[in-house]
Amino acid sequence: MTVPPVLRLEAVRQQYPNGLVALDRISFEVAKSEVVAVVGPSGCGKSTLLRCVNGLEPIQSGTIALDGAIITGPGTAWSKVRQQIGLVFQNYELFPHLTVLGNLLLGPLKVQRAAKAEAQVKALALLDRVGLADRARDYPRQLSGGQKQRVAIIRALMMEPQVLLLDEITASLDPEMVREVLDVVLELAGEGMTMLIVTHEMSFARAIADRIIFIDAGRIAEQTTPEQFFTAPQTERARQFLNLFAFAPPPGHHETAGAAAVQTEESSATTSDSNSLELHE
Amino acid sequence: MPASGIEVLFEGRNLVRLLGGLWTSLWIALSAMAVSVVLGLPMGVLMTSRHRLVKLVLRIYLEAIRVLPQLVLLFVFYFDLTLVTGVNLSGELAALIVFALWGTAEMGDLVRGAISAIPRHQYQSAAALGLRPTQVQFHVVLPQSARRLLPLAVNLVTRMIKTTSLIVLIGVVEVLKVGQQIIDRNRFDFPDAALWVYATIFLLYFLVCFPISRLAQALERKLDL
Ligand SMILES: Nc1ncnc2c1ncn2[C@@H]1O[C@H](COP(=O)(O)OP(=O)(O)OP(=O)(O)O)[C@@H](O)[C@H]1O
Ligand SMILES: [Mg+2]
Repeated sequence: MTVPPVLRLEAVRQQYPNGLVALDRISFEVAKSEVVAVVGPSGCGKSTLLRCVNGLEPIQSGTIALDGAIITGPGTAWSKVRQQIGLVFQNYELFPHLTVLGNLLLGPLKVQRAAKAEAQVKALALLDRVGLADRARDYPRQLSGGQKQRVAIIRALMMEPQVLLLDEITASLDPEMVREVLDVVLELAGEGMTMLIVTHEMSFARAIADRIIFIDAGRIAEQTTPEQFFTAPQTERARQFLNLFAFAPPPGHHETAGAAAVQTEESSATTSDSNSLELHE
Repeated sequence: MPASGIEVLFEGRNLVRLLGGLWTSLWIALSAMAVSVVLGLPMGVLMTSRHRLVKLVLRIYLEAIRVLPQLVLLFVFYFDLTLVTGVNLSGELAALIVFALWGTAEMGDLVRGAISAIPRHQYQSAAALGLRPTQVQFHVVLPQSARRLLPLAVNLVTRMIKTTSLIVLIGVVEVLKVGQQIIDRNRFDFPDAALWVYATIFLLYFLVCFPISRLAQALERKLDL
């Protein structure tokens, strides 16, 4: 018997009430300790995918299983499931009326009914790990974007989830703050955290992911290793997409386009960060 | 020396009587406000719910209360109710009911507005932590709404206090009525007393409402998220 994957999606189809089919025939797995990066053009359905996995959007057909148990049937205990699946948003979404510590403790105290003293020790340890030990009593509005996002990440970690979903967590940050947030994610990956990451940071995706899923218009167009995806993408759409991240690829040089995108990584991580940010805006 | 009329204020228990009248106004306004807060909160929550029928009914209630002048409502409850049902409400009770109906409607709409102003992502990030819908309301939505709501609710209090001046028309002896009684009693001895009495009433309203409205402004600035 093999252990079931942490996440398994099979033929997932999602349609918004207005009739738009945002996801179709989405099937993939995320194994324990695996890091999967989801990339694709704006509006292709990446955020929708993460929201479906977390039950924030109902799906019309297909199944999603967490740890071998299907969570998309009727009567799913979403409160239980969501404790297992951490979700971090692009715009942090910290609770503005609570301090940093209050944000971290809300889930453990109200949902898990943890002992306050214990949860507090855990919160302070996590804050310390991301370099924010002295900000526990501050309110979110007193923090920079990068600091808010680090708090949002550890707020999700407080629940000790089995898998972490990250939705473009650096897309709203100033370039100089991108690094501090990505470093936290890299560290988590190093510790074996299972993650499904939506990102526009191509160099980051390449560095952190075990596998890349390229989505185009609601479908998986390509699913492969980072090496393969960035150096020799199989589909025309992926090539076009990667070209967006490279500066002025000379016409007729398609086969080197992927490599050009990757070269920015060598020069500096932040250069390509700011590129992708600008292109995304 | 001709009498200016100001001595009327200090004659007998006149000043105390004026204050007593003011207290009647305040008592009715504040009690009505208390009822409005208690009933307006669930009304506002329901107005943001998904039940269309519930929303429609509450909307109709709100609009009906809004289009009717308060004076008409006061007359309906004080005079018409007696004619139709035979129930005889005191002026105070009729006023309290009308102000509570009005305040609940306004408060409900304020609560609805404050809740609608909470971004959708706040609900989602709370739900993503595993909070159930009622927990999301209690720990995330309502506390944030309360901050937006507080200055608006304080403003509603001052509007209510000012509007209590209408209840003199259904025979409640509030500050204005007391003033008129004092003026009538002294009409021949001190014809100019009216000036002083009304000035005093003006001052009393100002002393009550000004600090409250300043409080609302201060809260608005302080809680600006
Ligand atoms: N609540 C909604 N109702 C209807 N359509 C929606 C809704 N949310 C998103 N969509 C549409 O669904 C599609 C997928 O949206 P989604 O937000 O998942 O894209 P995305 O890949 O995350 O894009 P981006 O890179 O810009 O974040 C888009 O066409 C979008 O307009
Ligand atoms: Mg998105």
